[in-house]
Amino acid sequence: MKLITAVIKPFKLEDVRQVLGEAGVQGMTVTEVKGFGRQKGHTELYRGAEYAVDFVPKTKIEVAVSDEVMEQAIEAIVGAAGTGSIGDGKVFVSDLLQAVRIRTGETGDQAL
Amino acid sequence: MQNKISKHVLAGIYVALALVIPDFAVAQDGLDSGDTAWMLTSTALVLFMTIPGLSLFYAGMVRVKNVLSVMMQCFTICCLMTVLWVLYVYSLAFGDGSAYVGDFGKAFMAGIEVDTLSGTIPESVFFMFQLTFAVITPALIVGGFAERMKFSAMLWFMAIWVSVVYAPIAHWVWSESGWLYQRGVLDFAGGIVVHINAGIAALVAAIVLGKRRGYPQSPMRPNNLVLTMVGAGMLWVGWFGFNAGSGLAANGVSGMAMVVTQISTAAAALTWMFLEWRSHGKPSALGLVSGAVAGLGAITPASGFVGPMGAFVIGITSGLACYFAVVRVKTALGFDDSLDVFGVHGVGGTIGVLLAGVFVADRFGGAGLAEGVSMASQVGTQVIGIGATIVYCGVVSFIILKVLDNVIGLRVSEQEEQEGLDIVCHDEQGYNL
Repeated sequence: MKLITAVIKPFKLEDVRQVLGEAGVQGMTVTEVKGFGRQKGHTELYRGAEYAVDFVPKTKIEVAVSDEVMEQAIEAIVGAAGTGSIGDGKVFVSDLLQAVRIRTGETGDQAL
Repeated sequence: MQNKISKHVLAGIYVALALVIPDFAVAQDGLDSGDTAWMLTSTALVLFMTIPGLSLFYAGMVRVKNVLSVMMQCFTICCLMTVLWVLYVYSLAFGDGSAYVGDFGKAFMAGIEVDTLSGTIPESVFFMFQLTFAVITPALIVGGFAERMKFSAMLWFMAIWVSVVYAPIAHWVWSESGWLYQRGVLDFAGGIVVHINAGIAALVAAIVLGKRRGYPQSPMRPNNLVLTMVGAGMLWVGWFGFNAGSGLAANGVSGMAMVVTQISTAAAALTWMFLEWRSHGKPSALGLVSGAVAGLGAITPASGFVGPMGAFVIGITSGLACYFAVVRVKTALGFDDSLDVFGVHGVGGTIGVLLAGVFVADRFGGAGLAEGVSMASQVGTQVIGIGATIVYCGVVSFIILKVLDNVIGLRVSEQEEQEGLDIVCHDEQGYNL
């Protein structure tokens, strides 16, 4: 099993959710985050006091997938979340040691 | 049957006389219901300016960890000033006494009955109207020491300040026995008594308490400018009670006061906005409403004396001056007047008081200079009023703060300031979203 973490532009969430669904990934967890990579932030102005705001709002998606589905899922995310401009985000993949469905106690791929 | 007919006849005669003789229409005992109705309304409008107007305006500008503390300070000040006003502060401000302060003749509202009049309105209404001014002036000062003052020290400071600074200065300017009143100073609704007064006290407090930890390098972003925008709107609307109510009558003077208030505010807001647009590349919401408040403060002393032309000049001038005071001068001088009470109210009020002396003149559409008084002489009187207030308020505020600092301490500890006043002083959080 793999845990795919993707940090994407917030307005792309709907598109990503849709293509992941088409790829057979039904569930996900979404968090509002902020961060930066190469994308510059912006300046804010309050009565003459200028503040450089480096952090840009992003959305983080976490999906747990079986090894077979991993490549498809990554492709789906990259395809849907990309706009071609700086700040599109990144996808990280880590090994998932265990997964359990709380209601039934199923484990492993059955729990995904 | 006989009685009914004669009552109607009498009523008819009364109406005929009222139509023919001006002033006959007022009630026989001097009370004018039109004046009274307006003053009741104005009183409500001015209280509305503090809670919620100023409260929201300020709350939105501080950091999220201090949002409640500011609102709590304003609300508590309203309550505390009310009690003190009834007990003795009204008497000190408007009682007979010397040229410098009233006596205790009206303490506990002595002599103010249901039917007692002050001019054409009940004295109870005059009392209430003036109370709302004694509430908003200390509340304004909150902006100078926001985010770092101990709640207990704030309460003590306000109680003492309203007694020994506000009341005497109000007496000087608005009581017939007051020395500035006698000299003919023009302060229709409180440029001296409210804005310069609060501005100086806030500046002194900002300096005595010292800068907020991390100022000016750390970002201290307003937590909710939406609240600030709402508060600014409430201040503008409420200010009609503040200015148009200060004539204590429902008449043409009030009407014109309302007009010039509107003009000055709009002009100042646009001035600040365009200045900021030019210098930073974009106009900001905070800048726009800051300009508006500057215009409101500036027109306050002049509102019953100047005409539309004067209002335009006052608005534009205060927009310019307050913009520079807040955006350039404050940064250059380095003091932390957190919510710009001095820059907006102090500077704006000063400009308004000075220009009132100029634009009161007939040829500028004003109410006209007093008999035998030249413009230079009037402006000189205005300067005396401004100077006396700056010195007295500055010195006495300083003393009160220093004494309190030595007795109970003015500022929360560094750690407490870091954590935020809402938790530290009130065990609460503003938002639990």
